Amino acid sequence: MPPSLLLEQLLNGLQFGLMLFLLAAGLTLVFGIMDMINLAHGSLYMVGAYLTATFVGLLGNFWLAVPLAVLGTALIGMLLELTVLRQLYRRDHLSQVLATFALILIINEVVRIIWGSQPLLLSAPEELSGPVEILPGLNYSAYRLTIIGVGLLVAGLLFWLVNRTRVGMWLRAGASNREMAQAMGVPIRPLFTLLFGVGAGLCAIAGAFLGPILAVQIGMGESILILAFVVIVIGGIGSIKGALVGALLVGIVDTAGRAFLPLLLSQVAPPEVAANLGPALASILIYLLMAAVLFFKPQGLFPART
Amino acid sequence: MRKAVWLLVLLALGFSFALAQPRTVKIGFVSTLSGGGAALGIDVRDGFNLAIRLLGNQLGGLPVEVLAADDQQNPDVARQAVDRMLKRDRVDFMTGIIFSNILLAVGEAIFEEKVFYISPNAGPSEYAGEQCSPYFVNVAWQNDNLHEAMGQYVQTRRFENVFLIAPNYPAGRDALTGFKRFFKGRVVAEVYHRLNQLDFSAEIAQIRAVRPKAVYAFEPGAMGVNFIKQYAESGLLREVPLFLPGFSADSDVIRAVGRALVGIYNSSQWALELNNPVNQRFVEEFRKAYGRTPTLYASQGYDAALLLDTAIKAVGGDLSKKDELRKTMLAGFNSTRGPIKFSPNGYPIQNYYLRQVVQQPNGEIVNRLVGTIFTNHRDAYVDRCRLR
Repeated sequence: MPPSLLLEQLLNGLQFGLMLFLLAAGLTLVFGIMDMINLAHGSLYMVGAYLTATFVGLLGNFWLAVPLAVLGTALIGMLLELTVLRQLYRRDHLSQVLATFALILIINEVVRIIWGSQPLLLSAPEELSGPVEILPGLNYSAYRLTIIGVGLLVAGLLFWLVNRTRVGMWLRAGASNREMAQAMGVPIRPLFTLLFGVGAGLCAIAGAFLGPILAVQIGMGESILILAFVVIVIGGIGSIKGALVGALLVGIVDTAGRAFLPLLLSQVAPPEVAANLGPALASILIYLLMAAVLFFKPQGLFPART
Repeated sequence: MRKAVWLLVLLALGFSFALAQPRTVKIGFVSTLSGGGAALGIDVRDGFNLAIRLLGNQLGGLPVEVLAADDQQNPDVARQAVDRMLKRDRVDFMTGIIFSNILLAVGEAIFEEKVFYISPNAGPSEYAGEQCSPYFVNVAWQNDNLHEAMGQYVQTRRFENVFLIAPNYPAGRDALTGFKRFFKGRVVAEVYHRLNQLDFSAEIAQIRAVRPKAVYAFEPGAMGVNFIKQYAESGLLREVPLFLPGFSADSDVIRAVGRALVGIYNSSQWALELNNPVNQRFVEEFRKAYGRTPTLYASQGYDAALLLDTAIKAVGGDLSKKDELRKTMLAGFNSTRGPIKFSPNGYPIQNYYLRQVVQQPNGEIVNRLVGTIFTNHRDAYVDRCRLR
């Protein structure tokens, strides 16, 4: 196995993992602090991608479109919190799951009405559509490198926000013990609304940057939401650090599984069997990872609550 | 009292209208109209509807009613729609399905009701061989065919070896089987991935590591758009030539991918500039009606309606004559590809062409007809079908 293949797969895993982290970060904070299961989180990712595609169409510039889409999605997220989700905090998890699942259906249908049921076209900006030589003889997509850069930047900002600012301190306090934090005067209500806006904005960043690689289509949020849940279960609910480690683990294991499992299988099994078994095994690999983590650390790798 | 009389008169009038109305032909059209495969279903639907409109909303002289449903590329949704159309709406014909895994999930139910299924796209090898049915006709191709043509072409270019990639579903396996039937060089790797996968980074890294002399990819719909874009972004396109079936090189994919496609060779049973009156009318009317250039999918939808028109006309509108209907359908019709006939298993005997995507002096990117790869080509499974 050539080292360049390993390096390229590592970069692919890193790129996918960082985008997963942006989704999981919002999800884990909402779940950890508000004790609220929000299935509609993936819908905000979809809305972010659709807004980006729309703004790119209007302005013709990807770099202008992304901040607008992030802002727009954050506003939509806060609006959702103020109108609907706020009513659900006191309910049990089953009601929350039912209500936010209904939100998924409603948002999908609204998107269908506004943008139609065909996927939208969103292309990477022209200047990034080629390869760059990262090592002699090894080309890598400039756009994917940019995604890694953006992901690291946003992750860094988030860590600064959570660990070095007053709002971050409130968040951490809320995550470890909500009642106590409230009793100590943390303004929980506006904090929740803000948190929702930030979570939605992070979703929109992921949607905007993954849109050109994947597809801007209805239902794009549900498939990635499942992975985001796997990430926060692995990382420990409520923990940003856990979300980052979990996301990178899931990203790298998923990419490596897809690339190397069929190769390994083809050494021991006939090609037809390997061709059928490889992709199937690769797709359950991350769930095996989750099961293994839960077996040894039922609270996840970095539990926020002790 | 007077009211009752009026009511009777109205009723009588209503009945006489009902009796005077000629029989309508009901078509159940189940297709993929949302999600990543939507472009295919919409093209087939638009081609099909265009033909019916040009025929004066009639097929073979009978007024037409088309019941359309979206299968969302989900076998369960498709099964419900098909059941409803067979049992409640009692359709006379069914058509529209794009993906082979969907067709294989509902085919038996349609054949059991003795309803003809006219396939405008999906052509699984299962229905060409042992499981062939007298109620199945495919106006497009058997799944292997376009790939057989590309295998033959890559063979004539004398590439030492080739890397194959396709989604893991019936048509994906048919595709690579078809390619390998005519390509005699070495296959360095045969990669199958999840259907509707959109990120090909892992597969592209594998191609880079293997360094094949050529790559052949069957990636229908949005998968093709993403694969070609990402293949170009990775820089591999400049080093390892990519060959495609015609599905991934028509105007819909050109619109989405752009310049990366220029120079790529692909195979098809149809081409924009095929020189026959049916095709010329089709291309002109399609552009006028929808404001875009038709794809091979649109031509297949258009042809499905033409075949129905020919067959219903031949039996004089008597849809109960099933044997005769089948006979006239297999005898062939005048399609956008000229006159074509069918094998006993319901699959067409036709030519397959080589096309190349080129950029014209005015900057427009088109898929141009270059030559003929197979003439009067049959599918490889017909001998295993017991029908004669």
